[in-house]
Amino acid sequence: MEAFTKLSGIACPLPLSSVDTDQLIPARFMKRSRAEGYGGYLLHDLRFDEAGAPRPDFPLNALERQGAQVIVARRNFGSGSSREAAVYALVDYGIRCVIAPSFGDIFASNSVNNGLLPAKVAEADGESLIAALEEGARDMLVDLEACRIVVGNLSVPFTVDPVWRTKLLNGWDDIDLTMSQSDAIKAFVAADAKSRPWAMPRRGE
Amino acid sequence: MALVATPRALFDKVWDAHVVVHREDGQSLLWIDRHFLHEGSFHAFDKLKGRGAEVSRPDLTFGIEDHYVPTRVRDLAKIDPAIRDMIERLRGNASRHHLKLFGLDDPGQGIVHVVGPEQGLTLPGLTIVCGDSHTATHGAFGAIAFGIGASEVAHVLMTQTLWQKRPKRMRISVDGELAPGIVAKDIALSIIAAIGADGAAGHAMEYAGSSVRGLTMEGRLTLCNLSIEAGGRCGMVAPDETTISYLKGRPFAPQGADFDRAAEDWLKLASDADAIFDKEVSLDGSQIAPIVTWGTSPEDALPITMAVPDPDKAGDPGRAAHIRDAIDYMGLKPGQKLTDIRVDRIFIGSCTNSRIEDIRAAAAVLAGRKAQVPGLVSPGSAQVKRQAEEEGLDRIFIEAGLEWVDSGCSMCVGMNGDLVAPGERCASTTNRNFRGRQGPGSRTHLMSPAMAAAAAVTGHLTDMRPLLKGRN
Repeated sequence: MEAFTKLSGIACPLPLSSVDTDQLIPARFMKRSRAEGYGGYLLHDLRFDEAGAPRPDFPLNALERQGAQVIVARRNFGSGSSREAAVYALVDYGIRCVIAPSFGDIFASNSVNNGLLPAKVAEADGESLIAALEEGARDMLVDLEACRIVVGNLSVPFTVDPVWRTKLLNGWDDIDLTMSQSDAIKAFVAADAKSRPWAMPRRGE
Repeated sequence: MALVATPRALFDKVWDAHVVVHREDGQSLLWIDRHFLHEGSFHAFDKLKGRGAEVSRPDLTFGIEDHYVPTRVRDLAKIDPAIRDMIERLRGNASRHHLKLFGLDDPGQGIVHVVGPEQGLTLPGLTIVCGDSHTATHGAFGAIAFGIGASEVAHVLMTQTLWQKRPKRMRISVDGELAPGIVAKDIALSIIAAIGADGAAGHAMEYAGSSVRGLTMEGRLTLCNLSIEAGGRCGMVAPDETTISYLKGRPFAPQGADFDRAAEDWLKLASDADAIFDKEVSLDGSQIAPIVTWGTSPEDALPITMAVPDPDKAGDPGRAAHIRDAIDYMGLKPGQKLTDIRVDRIFIGSCTNSRIEDIRAAAAVLAGRKAQVPGLVSPGSAQVKRQAEEEGLDRIFIEAGLEWVDSGCSMCVGMNGDLVAPGERCASTTNRNFRGRQGPGSRTHLMSPAMAAAAAVTGHLTDMRPLLKGRN
């Protein structure tokens, strides 16, 4: 996984609340394998009309937001389905950070597992960032070491779970970490068999 | 020195029993007792393949065909090849890794969150995960159950564990006698409307109080199922006699003396009287009315006797923008009475409301009546289907003019091709009314099975209570 320290890139405002994972990637596109790339389907039904043409009024379609690496949205971003494909769509499109006042829990942990930073801001700070971008600002600095976001003269703090922060800063993968605990897992399994003998499924007929 | 036990909540008791390693940074490596998989698991299996890894505990891993399965024809040769491919990928992975699979030809097949409890795979005190957010459903038994993403699915497949940070605890107490016809769906939507779709974010929810205690296991499953729509990590109900008697004799549950020992342990899981919660919410159960959603988030829920809200009267600008957006998408007007909203079709099914009790509740409204609009009824499992047919409920739906089909996720998420057409409005017993959830451009109103049946009978959103007068 790619490490995340400081990101300096184009930001796009998305002044919507409860952008759920069904919108981030509609279910009908999820039959594809990851190798095919999910970026083209990000926010598909909001970005494109029924005929498949880009909707001119949708923020990500604006000329000056092409190549955006950051999205600033309203509360409850990534709510709903656990589909990690929603994160694949963002990452494959080029987004490395989403800023919002609150996130769907599963979406946020999926994000971290794919090197995407879910940065939580106070509701008022989020509104200020959206306003600055809507007034024409384009470039944003997201500093994960200092947990700050800077747009022009505006600088606001953000929060992210400390463990997730460490994981992102180092680009760590959980699986290697867990494999190093195999003795502890074996010991747990042995003790658990005694304390919860009923926890194993009886092989039904 | 005598040890004084700290009072613990139900969640903590189950969590503590699963910690393999606790790290100073607050992360715990948790042992996972049951891992359910469906067709969407191919991403995770691809990761395993990439590492040349094997499934660590095939005996604790169960595959279920539900998300993409057809409901009208079960012959895979006759369906869309892309959908057939999804089912065949799961079959291939299950056979390669020697996993028990509840496939289409298995008498136990159905929606994963219906099958787990039905088969006795879901038990109190377990940790249960699945790559599906509605895994929260299984918490109805007093298990810690939550949805995970594909990377986490791969992690559990390879290690049977998961790194997690202990969430905060939230207790929702609902007390008082429910009015006649009020069901778990109405309670859950009332809670979400009250606390918001992110109201429980970062929290494990425990449902308590006399209204919850009075629910059947099926009602509790519906309630916990919708925890994710309140933003909760998981939802739980403490095991009691209702739980124990539901589990007795289930195929994968302990039997005989083992069951008695288990039941004794399970009853000790209830939160200690003085357990402390990070957040407490209470609701008066006696004041809950039949609820429907009008918008594009489950928090957009109101009693059926009310009207579509006016964005100009919403307090904060974010909420006003959401209301404006939602009623525009839904094709509604501010101030329009909810009972004046006409529907194009209905759907009864999904992991929220497809259990035998749900099917019976819908049939009670529909018996001897004709549906004014088309509709699909998809029982939650092959077993629910058999039972409903033994009770003659299938004939009620068919005589009313509705389709009685096989089990799967069906029109809840539309992955199998059961879709609501663009611009169409559907009265639905499902869990999500998101934009395009039931198909591009579809408009979904969430409600209980009896309310969906009432909408079928009248062709518009309707208070089912008068339609139930004199019936039971």
